[in-house]
This record gives sequence, C-alpha cells and structure tokens, in this order.
Amino acid sequence: MPQRFTARALTPVLALIATLSTASAAETDITIGMQLEPPHLDPTSAAAGAIDNVVYSNIFEGLTRFMGDGSVVPGLAKSWDISDDGLSYTFHLQGDVRFHDGSAMDAADVKFSLDRARAEDSTNAQKALFTGIADVAVIDPLTVVLTLEAPNGNLLFNLAWGDAVIVASETIETIKSNPVGTGAFRFVKWVQGDRIDLVRNGDYWGTAPALEGATFKFISDPTAAFAAMMAEDIDAFQTFPAPENLPQFDADPRFKLLIGSTEGETILSTNNKMPPFDNKLVRQALAHAIDRQAIIDGAMFGYGTPIGSHFAPHNPAYIDLTGNSVYDPAKAKALLAEAGFADGFTTTLKLPPPSYARRGGEIIAAQLRAVGINAEISNLEWAQWLEQVFRGKDYGLTIVSHTEPMDIGIYARPEYYFQYDNPAFQDLMTRLTATADPDQRRAMLQEAQTVISTDYVNGYLFQLAATSVAKTGVQGMWLNAPTQAIDLTGISWAD
Amino acid sequence: MLRYSLKRLLSLGISLVVASLVIFAAIEVAPGDPARFMLGINAQPDTVAALRAELGLDVPKVQRYLAWVGGMLSGDFGISYTYRVPVGQMIADRMWVSLPLALMALTLSTVIALPVGLYAADRRGGRGDMAVMGLTQLGIAVPNFWFAMILVVIFAINLRWFSAGGFPGWDAGLLVGLKALTLPAVALALPQAAILSRVMRSALIDILSEDFMRTARAKGLTRQQALWRHGLRNALIPVLTIMGLQFSFLLAGAIIIEQVFFLPGLGRLVFQSISQRDLIVVESVVMLLVFAVIVVNFAVDLAYVAVDPRLRTQL
Repeated sequence: MPQRFTARALTPVLALIATLSTASAAETDITIGMQLEPPHLDPTSAAAGAIDNVVYSNIFEGLTRFMGDGSVVPGLAKSWDISDDGLSYTFHLQGDVRFHDGSAMDAADVKFSLDRARAEDSTNAQKALFTGIADVAVIDPLTVVLTLEAPNGNLLFNLAWGDAVIVASETIETIKSNPVGTGAFRFVKWVQGDRIDLVRNGDYWGTAPALEGATFKFISDPTAAFAAMMAEDIDAFQTFPAPENLPQFDADPRFKLLIGSTEGETILSTNNKMPPFDNKLVRQALAHAIDRQAIIDGAMFGYGTPIGSHFAPHNPAYIDLTGNSVYDPAKAKALLAEAGFADGFTTTLKLPPPSYARRGGEIIAAQLRAVGINAEISNLEWAQWLEQVFRGKDYGLTIVSHTEPMDIGIYARPEYYFQYDNPAFQDLMTRLTATADPDQRRAMLQEAQTVISTDYVNGYLFQLAATSVAKTGVQGMWLNAPTQAIDLTGISWAD
Repeated sequence: MLRYSLKRLLSLGISLVVASLVIFAAIEVAPGDPARFMLGINAQPDTVAALRAELGLDVPKVQRYLAWVGGMLSGDFGISYTYRVPVGQMIADRMWVSLPLALMALTLSTVIALPVGLYAADRRGGRGDMAVMGLTQLGIAVPNFWFAMILVVIFAINLRWFSAGGFPGWDAGLLVGLKALTLPAVALALPQAAILSRVMRSALIDILSEDFMRTARAKGLTRQQALWRHGLRNALIPVLTIMGLQFSFLLAGAIIIEQVFFLPGLGRLVFQSISQRDLIVVESVVMLLVFAVIVVNFAVDLAYVAVDPRLRTQL
C-alpha cells in the first residue's frame, strides 16, 4: 500500500515537471553564454568588453567593421577616398539605412557620433582613437569628410572599434538601457543579472542574418557554465571560463570546441624604472628564467601560443622572436651575476584576478626562485590593480593580458605603467602612424617588435587563446577574436 | 506591550544609525577608484576626471554620507555607478528573486525539520533517533554549495528535470519561476533543516521532562498526542529564534547558491558590485540587509510574545 500510494502521488508531480520542461529552442534562435554581464549597453562610454560582445555588429555598426579573420571591411561607409596628402578622408555612406526606431541614418548622425567621442567632456574609453581628427564635415546626407591633423595609417582600423560605432542623437539619452543602432538585430529586453534578448531587424540594410533571435545568458561561475552547457540550457559559450573542462566537451559528440587566437598578449610586465629592473641585464635574465611552455601547459591547459614580443602571431606582420628568450636558467643566473645580483634579489609580483595571472604567477614565481629571484606574490582585485600597479606604478612585476588589437604603440608611452622610455622607438611609432603604405608599415612593425624584444622590456609569455564551446550544429561563430564581439550575423544552424 | 514595542523600535533605530556609519566608513576606505575601473586602462586622465565628476565622487565624504542617509530615508537609494540606474530599482528587481527563494527555503526547511525533530524526540535513544542524528550531522557538515552542485549533476545534467540554473523572470509564469527556484531552495533548505530539526529535538526533550507533560499523559493522551498538542508549542521559542536567524542568512547568505545557479539575486548583486567598486550599490544593499535582519529579529521578539503567554503578563 505505501508503494502504490507513493507511485500515485508521484505521477502527477512528474507529469507536471515534464510539461514544464522547456521545449527545445527553434533552430532559428540561439542562446549564447557569457561570463561577464555588461554594465550597460553603450559601447562608446565604457571599457567593458562585455558591452561589445552584445552589441558589436549586432545592434551597432561603425563606418568600418572587423570580420572574424581580423580584416577591416566597409560597414556603414560603403567606400572612401583618401586625399594624396593623407589628411582628408571622404566617406560615402550606405543609402537607405535606418535606426531601429525608424529614423534615417545619415551623415549628420556620423558627425554627431564622432564629435561626441572627440568632445572635451567625452567619457569614451578610447578617446585616443579620435585625437588627430581635426574636423568632421557633412557634405550631403550620404557623404562625410574627416580632416586629420596628420596622416594616420590607422584611421580605418580605428573606426572599426566598438567605441567608434554610429549612434543617433534622438536616442542618445537612453542608449545605456535601450540601445538603438543600425545593426541586423534589435534590442528587445534585458533581464538584469540573467540575460539579454535580441531579435532580427526586419528593416536591416544589409544581408539578412540567418538567425531570427538570440539570447545572451550571463553565467560567471565556471562550474555553473559547465553545468549549463552539459544540460544543454545554452547552445554555445564564448570564452569558456574553465579550460580544464574542454577535453570533456571535445570528447562529447554533442559539442565541439572552437579554438582560435585573440589579440591578448599576456606579458610579465616589468617596472622598467624600478631597480633592479632598470638594468637591462636583469630583464634579460628574467626572459631566460621563464619557461613559456610550462606556463601554457600549467596555467592554460595547453591553450595559447608562445610569443617573443608584443605582437599577435596570427597577424601577417608577425615575426617569431621567441629565440631571444629561450628557457635557460644557467644563462639567467650568469646574467644576474654579471649585473651584480649573484645572490638574487626580492621583488613584488602583483596579480589581478584572471586565472592566467593567478596560476601563471605561481609558476613564474617558482621559475624565478630557481634562479635566485624571490618574487612575493600579492593577489589583487582589478580595482586595486588599477590603483596600485597601473596608476601608482608601485610594483616590480605583474602579469596582465593586453587585449586591444595592434597595441604595440603602448611601448612609445614613457608614462605607461611599465615606464619604458626609448626615444628611438617613440620616433618609430610616430613614423608608423603617418605611414599608410602596407609594405612600409609591415617593415616598421617588424622593426618595432625586434626593438622591444631585444630591449627585454617585458617578459613576453603567450597569446591568449580563444576557447569557445558550442553545440555541433552551430556554425559561423568566430574562431579568432580580433576584437571583443559575438558577431551573430554570420551564425546559423546546420541542417 | 506598547512600551515594549517602543523600546525595541528605539534600539532598532540606534542600531541602524550605527550600522550606516560603519558601512559607509568601511566601504569608502576600500582602495580603488570606480571611475578608473569603469573606463579601463586606455582611458585618458581627463576622461576619468569627467566621469568622476559625473558620478559625484569629487564631493567631500561627510556630504556624501549625509546625502546617502537623507536619500535612504526618503526612499532614494542613489544611482548605481556601474549601471547608471536607480539602486532602488535594482534592489527591487533582485528582491523578487531573493525573497521568494528565502521564503521557499525557509518553508521547506521548517516543513522538514519540525516533523523530523518531533520524530527524533519521540523515539529518543532508539534507532530512529540515531538515524536522524546521523543524517542531520551529515546535513550540517556538508557544504551547501557542494550539495547544490550534486543536485545540478543529478537533476539537471543527467535527468534533465530542471535547468542548470538561471531565472527566467516571474512574467514567464508563476510555475516556471517556482521551478527555477526549486533546486536552489532545496540546496539551501536541507542544511538548514538539519540544524533546525536538532534544535527542535533538544527543545522537545527538555519539555518532555516537565510536569505538565506527565499530566497530559495522565489525562489519557497518547504520547504522540501529548507531543503535538502541548510539547510542540512550548518548544517553539528556541525554534523561532533559529528560524529568525536562518531567514536573515537565507536572504543575504545565499550568495554562493546564487553563484552556483546563476540567479540574479541580492547576494550576487553585492558580490559583483564590490569587485566593480560600485560603492553606492554595496552601501545601500548592505544597509538594507542590516535593516532586514533587525526587522526580522524584531518580528521574532513580537512572535515570542504571541507564543509565550508568560511574556504578555510580564509586560
């Protein structure tokens, strides 16, 4: 009797649970997991990459645009003419483009967006992209002329960034919570803390995307992300936070791994003005004390490409300089002795939260100890790291990944947190900015990589890998991450 | 009764003022500039300064404290630095998850603990009691987040009865919402039920040796009837105290469960705001939680009076 009672009591409960199970999502929608939730949805006024993940190329578009392979292609500007002196860029805009609220996108909106980013009181996190633009002029509704103070070979590249997207003055007040752009998807709803829903823009000016709807779900805990993926609650996870689970996904026929490269050069930043790191021999010793592959295997589970300078290996202008810093502890000790530190020395190793820093830091500290350098680890939160290391320059060593694309120019800033001051390099960067010819640029970029490699400015560790997981049927997700984005326009389901 | 309530209210008010001072001081002292955090490492100094001015961070601390307290008294909890929306709105949204979750967990824990405690007290010394003691020991020892992960592995990944986490919102349907909160509530409730049943059991064992229980038996009630009708009510005082404490814990301390099930609750809001240096949100939420704990304790004090007739005449 008790057994029958239990079974009878349980059946309706089970039936209830079964009916409440969510039906499998239609093959035109997708749910993508992200680790960080964006603070708001305005890519032009904050540095958070999570914002670009949601809106870049989906809700907002710029004059130019990054594709998954890193190339810069026309966006809202269908073509452009560059004057012979390189100071004047005439952009011809796509016709018949509308914002999601129905208002037309024209040259006035381009002027508004660029002027807003350039303004004195602008809170654009990448204002440096726009300095050098002397004037933005509207010629007619489909033509805009940018006048530069000096030739800038990077301009088209800069305009592809998420911080340079075109926004509308009519909807600018509420852009943070209700983004209105020109993209292939429009914003529907944001359930704070849970997800953001997007739907296809029926009036899109370009090629209609395959997807009809998309949901970005925010799951910050690595174990919860794993559980959500395994329970098939989500269809894909960009930048999966638990690399130790990746082999399990690889072995499961339901899922596939999407491994690519990012623009994140992970480096052991060295305070070049703090003794003993102001001595190049010491920095050279550091370079030879580090075993990159051990760090990649130990901290990143084998994902990542070793680098010998501050440049992404997938970039056409890359040259392999890892030979300048081969793992050779004996040589490291000899160099330290030559510099006067035969007994080693003590320094601080301040680590921000990401696991590449925390785990990598432990491994590096052990490798340094083997040559006599005692690195005292302190684990900091991002806000503390920004305060102490970045602003205060109160550190000896730190590990951080610089994820902005083509950012070798930071070595030309003597006040930047690693305080490298080389006038020859600064001159090289100035010349590079002024050059538009691709062959000349490549030669200069290669020279730049060589200079900072042989000067041993920082310990160049590895290029962060892009490790995403998706259900086998998902196609078109970017393998590489030339910029922070989850570009939905190319994603579709296989039949 | 009135004087008792008024005295309690006064001490409640003083506690709140002291709490607000401590919270404000502790959070303002934390290093790190919210504006710099929000703009990242490429931002230029004038941009950071502009954002600091926009957020009102340039104003002296005393003035900010008074503005904050004044705002709270009139219901305005300020504007979040990170999200740029009213903090009150954010808290309200999160409360719609945390409060039902806490209530569900508390109800579940009580519904399990009271009969189990009664059963153990009834069979004290016997095999049933030993079994209960063993199980509750396990329940107290096991960390609730580990238990939560086991629930996820069994019920979400393998059986697919529930999703692995997340909260679709109450406008997706009442049952859908409750279903999303089920596994988290169970994960929270079982360890609390273990504690509560032990408290129930020991309170009842004390009662059982009282004279009035013997009188009840002498009057002809069975052992179980005597327990239910007379024992339970008297054992409620320590149980109520623990329930009050548990509710406060469930409201604020569910942060780990919220993390495991990625629920948009109050705990996760505070956690994220701390790392984002969203000072206003942290201060306001912590203040609110302190207020909730104090109010719950006040309610428990009043409940004592309702449950224990001796207290009524004393007042």
